Amino acid sequence: MPIDSSQSPATIGRHHVSRQQLALAFFLVGVQGFGGVTPFARAMLVDRRRWLSAAEFNEIAGLCQILPGPNTLNVAVLVGARFQGALGAFLAVIALMAGPVVLILLLGALYSSFRDMPWVGRAIAGVSAAAAGLVLGTALKMAVPLPRSALSVLAAGAAFVLVGVLQLPLVPVFLVLAPVCVLLAAWERP
Amino acid sequence: MSGWPPLLALLVQFALLSLISVGGLTAMLPEVHRYVVDVQHWMTSAEFVRLFALAQAAPGPNMIVVSLIGWKVAGLAGALVATVAMCAPSCLLAYSTAAVWARKRDTQWGRAIQRGLTPIAVGLVLASGWLLTEAAGQRWQHYFATMLACGFVLATRWNPIWMILAAGLAGIAGLL
Repeated sequence: MPIDSSQSPATIGRHHVSRQQLALAFFLVGVQGFGGVTPFARAMLVDRRRWLSAAEFNEIAGLCQILPGPNTLNVAVLVGARFQGALGAFLAVIALMAGPVVLILLLGALYSSFRDMPWVGRAIAGVSAAAAGLVLGTALKMAVPLPRSALSVLAAGAAFVLVGVLQLPLVPVFLVLAPVCVLLAAWERP
Repeated sequence: MSGWPPLLALLVQFALLSLISVGGLTAMLPEVHRYVVDVQHWMTSAEFVRLFALAQAAPGPNMIVVSLIGWKVAGLAGALVATVAMCAPSCLLAYSTAAVWARKRDTQWGRAIQRGLTPIAVGLVLASGWLLTEAAGQRWQHYFATMLACGFVLATRWNPIWMILAAGLAGIAGLL
C-alpha cells in the first residue's frame, strides 16, 4: 500500500483509504441508513471495511455527540479527515448526503402527486404518529444516563418549557441557558 | 427576517441553528417549526409533521427533512440552500474543533460543558416529541400509535424503520 507523503507520522501504519473508497463507503451508508445512520456507519467502518477498530469508532462517535450538528455528519467529517484530510471530510459528507437528499426529494414529489388519494393520506397520518413517538422515546432514552442532579432536571425542564411550551425563539434561549447551565455544572463539582 | 427573500431567510436561519445544534437536528425541530410555520407561514403545522414523517420513512440522516422544507419553500434551489445551510457550519465547526475537543473533554471545563449542555439537548428533543405528538394527533388512535412507538424505542433495540413501516401499513388498512 502506498503511503501518502502528506500523512503525519501519527497516521502512518493506519490503513490507507483512498478518496474513492471513502466516498463509496459513505454513499452506501447513506442510502442504507433507514431509521438512523450511525449503526450502519459502524457496521461499514468497523465490521466490513475494518478501517477503524470498535474502540476507535466509539471514541469518534462519543466526540461527535458533544459537537454540534447531526452525529452521523460529524462522523463523516472526522473519519474523512482522518484518512484524507479536509478534502476527505468534504467528500465523505457529500457522499453521505447525496443519495438521501435525492431520494427524499423524489419521495416528496411522489407524495405531492398522490397526496389526494385517501390511502396515501392514511399512511402518512400513521407514519406521522409513529414518528412523533420515536422522537419522544429517543428523548426519554437520552434522559436515562443523565446524572441524577438538580442541574439535569433544571436544564432539561427549562429547555422544554421555554422552547416547547412557551415556544420562545431558540437562539436567544440557548445563548442564555447554555452558559448558565455550563457555569452551574462547573460550580456543582460532583 | 420575515421580509427577506425566502432563500436568504432560509440560509441565515438554518446556518445559525446549525452552529448551536447540540443534540442534532431533532433538538432544533421546535425552532425550525416555529420559524417556518409561525413566523414565515410557509406551511401549516400538519404539513410540517407530514414532511417530518416522510423524512423518517426515507434512508439517511433525519436532518434531510430540512431538504424537504427548503424544497417546499423555494423548489430545488430551496432544497439545496436549506441542506447546505444546515450542514456546512456544523461540519466546519466539527472539522476545526475536533482536535481541541478530544484533548479538552476530560478537563474540568470540558466535563462542565458536557454536563451543562446534554440536559438542554434532552429537554429540546422532548419538546420536539411533544410538538410532533400534538401536530400528528387527530384521533385517539394516533395517540395510541405514538405511545406504542415511544415504547418500541425504549423497550427494544430493533430498527425504528419497522415501527414506521407498521404504522404506515396500519394507516392504509384503516386501523389508525
